[in-house]
Amino acid sequence: MTARTLYDKIWDDHLVEEAADGTCLLYIDRHLVHEVTSPQAFEGLRLTGRKVRAPQKTIAVPDHNVPTTLDRANAATMTEDSRIQVAALDKNAKDFGINYYPVSDVRQGIVHIVGPEQGWTLPGMTVVCGDSHTATHGAFGSLAHGIGTSEVEHVLATQTLIQRKAKNFKVEITGHLLPGVTAKDITLSVIGATGTAGGTGYVIEYCGQAIRDLSMEGRMTVCNMAIEGGARAGLIAPDEKTYAYCMGRPHAPKGAAWEAAVAYWKTLFSDDDAHWDKVIALKGEDIAPVVTWGTSPEDVLPITGVVPSPSDFTGGKVDAVQRSLDYMGLTPGQKLSDIKIDTVFIGSCTNGRIEDLRAAAAILKGKKKKDGIRAMVVPGSGLVRAQAEEEGLAQIFLDAGFEWRLAGCSMCLAMNPDQLAPGERCAATSNRNFEGRQGRGGRTHLLSPAMAAAAAITGHLTDVREMMTETV
Amino acid sequence: MDKFTKLTGIAAPMALVNIDTDMIIPKQFLKTIARTGLGKNLFDEMRYTLDGAEIPEFVLNQPAYRHAEILVAGENFGCGSSREHAPWALLDFGIRCVISTSFADIFYNNCFKNGILPIVMPQDVVDALMEDAKKGANARQTIDLEAQTVTTSDGRVFPFQVDSHRKHCLINGLDDIGLTMEKANAIDSYEKKAGSLRPWA
Repeated sequence: MTARTLYDKIWDDHLVEEAADGTCLLYIDRHLVHEVTSPQAFEGLRLTGRKVRAPQKTIAVPDHNVPTTLDRANAATMTEDSRIQVAALDKNAKDFGINYYPVSDVRQGIVHIVGPEQGWTLPGMTVVCGDSHTATHGAFGSLAHGIGTSEVEHVLATQTLIQRKAKNFKVEITGHLLPGVTAKDITLSVIGATGTAGGTGYVIEYCGQAIRDLSMEGRMTVCNMAIEGGARAGLIAPDEKTYAYCMGRPHAPKGAAWEAAVAYWKTLFSDDDAHWDKVIALKGEDIAPVVTWGTSPEDVLPITGVVPSPSDFTGGKVDAVQRSLDYMGLTPGQKLSDIKIDTVFIGSCTNGRIEDLRAAAAILKGKKKKDGIRAMVVPGSGLVRAQAEEEGLAQIFLDAGFEWRLAGCSMCLAMNPDQLAPGERCAATSNRNFEGRQGRGGRTHLLSPAMAAAAAITGHLTDVREMMTETV
Repeated sequence: MDKFTKLTGIAAPMALVNIDTDMIIPKQFLKTIARTGLGKNLFDEMRYTLDGAEIPEFVLNQPAYRHAEILVAGENFGCGSSREHAPWALLDFGIRCVISTSFADIFYNNCFKNGILPIVMPQDVVDALMEDAKKGANARQTIDLEAQTVTTSDGRVFPFQVDSHRKHCLINGLDDIGLTMEKANAIDSYEKKAGSLRPWA
């Protein structure tokens, strides 16, 4: 048998049909649904009298619009249009009989955090959702990617997706990460190296010792931003850590079925002589804590760097950088660590898991945010929130002057009331620094949870390693 | 879905690279449960001031391009979020074709589901089409999907590639779901086979 990559293997095991021109019908094991990209799809089913083919494989949770303030049970905390979208998901979940975690359920949270947490996401599966950050689930060695609303309707009706196979892209992170460097720094550094279109047409497999060393939470952070590099999906081969994470989760197999599943999962790796269409390697030791300075996730530099000049670039990027600097209110040559911030946002499907909160709390313990800084922590799910409270992390955030919120997407995309004002500058653990992403005119610097915590203390972008030296 | 066969229309130049879906349709307009009505908010934050006045410099606010049907854009058009509201907004405005050196994967897929043709061309061709588009409303370009060509206002013809299945669906205005549902037998037998190999899934 020819040598295959992990992507090849998952693809082959989900192929329903391949047409002569290479158009394929791919079977979908798990379909995650949220309130923003699904109403038109369910409406399409109603108009054509179609049903959801596999409701037991379809899981819905409202996350984008939901308020994260403690009073959110009060409907007045939502705008009318947000309320309508969430109510539509309530109704669609009920009418079509799909698995559902409503806002009132403690298990509610960001769809990409809930899926793994509940054991819906398992190695070797195909997972889709009308959301680009579906890439997150690739951390389990499942082929996971975002789809549009028409495709949501297609999957609801047929449990399949029309696809052409992407190419194989190997991203290897060798060696070990230095103290203060996290999964977020890996994924941002990869995008910095490849550009936001570098992965277009590819599925990335992240491998190498530094990836193996990451926890499942860290691996989810890495895969989450594969889409920011343009890739259809990001993958990490499953291993003992993956099995340990999945074991005992509510929807993971049990008993003999578990044993059979693990035996299958152990076949999910790229063969030694598999063919790669593109390969890059970064040394773990070369990766520094990074921040973004512009309005594209590829605009990333080590915190020790300075704001670049448009003349450092070529082609269409020259004008784009000038536009970014104008928007961000930055001057070439300015030290990144001199950039003052107004707000700190810790949360999102990129960095809203328990390990992220632990990393931020480790920096904040016994310290206070700088006066005048608005700082909030939005756990990725109700269960992450409960665990953080049990571990005493919530108290550390509250003592440091942070708001301790309920679960949701929140200020990552500002569809709920958590938004930046024009000109407000935010250190954010989320995934996109696009113009207006966190609120019109808002200025976003992407970074890791530990770096966000450091910035909250000093009031400016800060090298977290300096604070770690202090505490040693 | 409307068929796409041949289109002659005004092409608007947008040379900016990495135009993301947050720019195409900002999140406050995603709170709709309909597919229509988004055209007035296409490129909202680039097109209007905070108080809702038009920004005259923005290309689609210029008299020559208010009725554009083609966009010629910088690389990596449509990057970011999977929101299909982006092609819905383009379509509602009247854009039926976008030409760039590259598109983000999900946006590219979403276009075909809505009767919009995204065309990938090499940099020198995009540069030529961009220059042609800058001539204004009298410089109309022609997109011929059947022949797979773009013709500039002064008659230069550039061929393009498109996937045969997608071309077939666009030309005939076909609904993917109907086509796939005809394959129910194949899906049934896949489910049977996979159900015994991987029962936990």
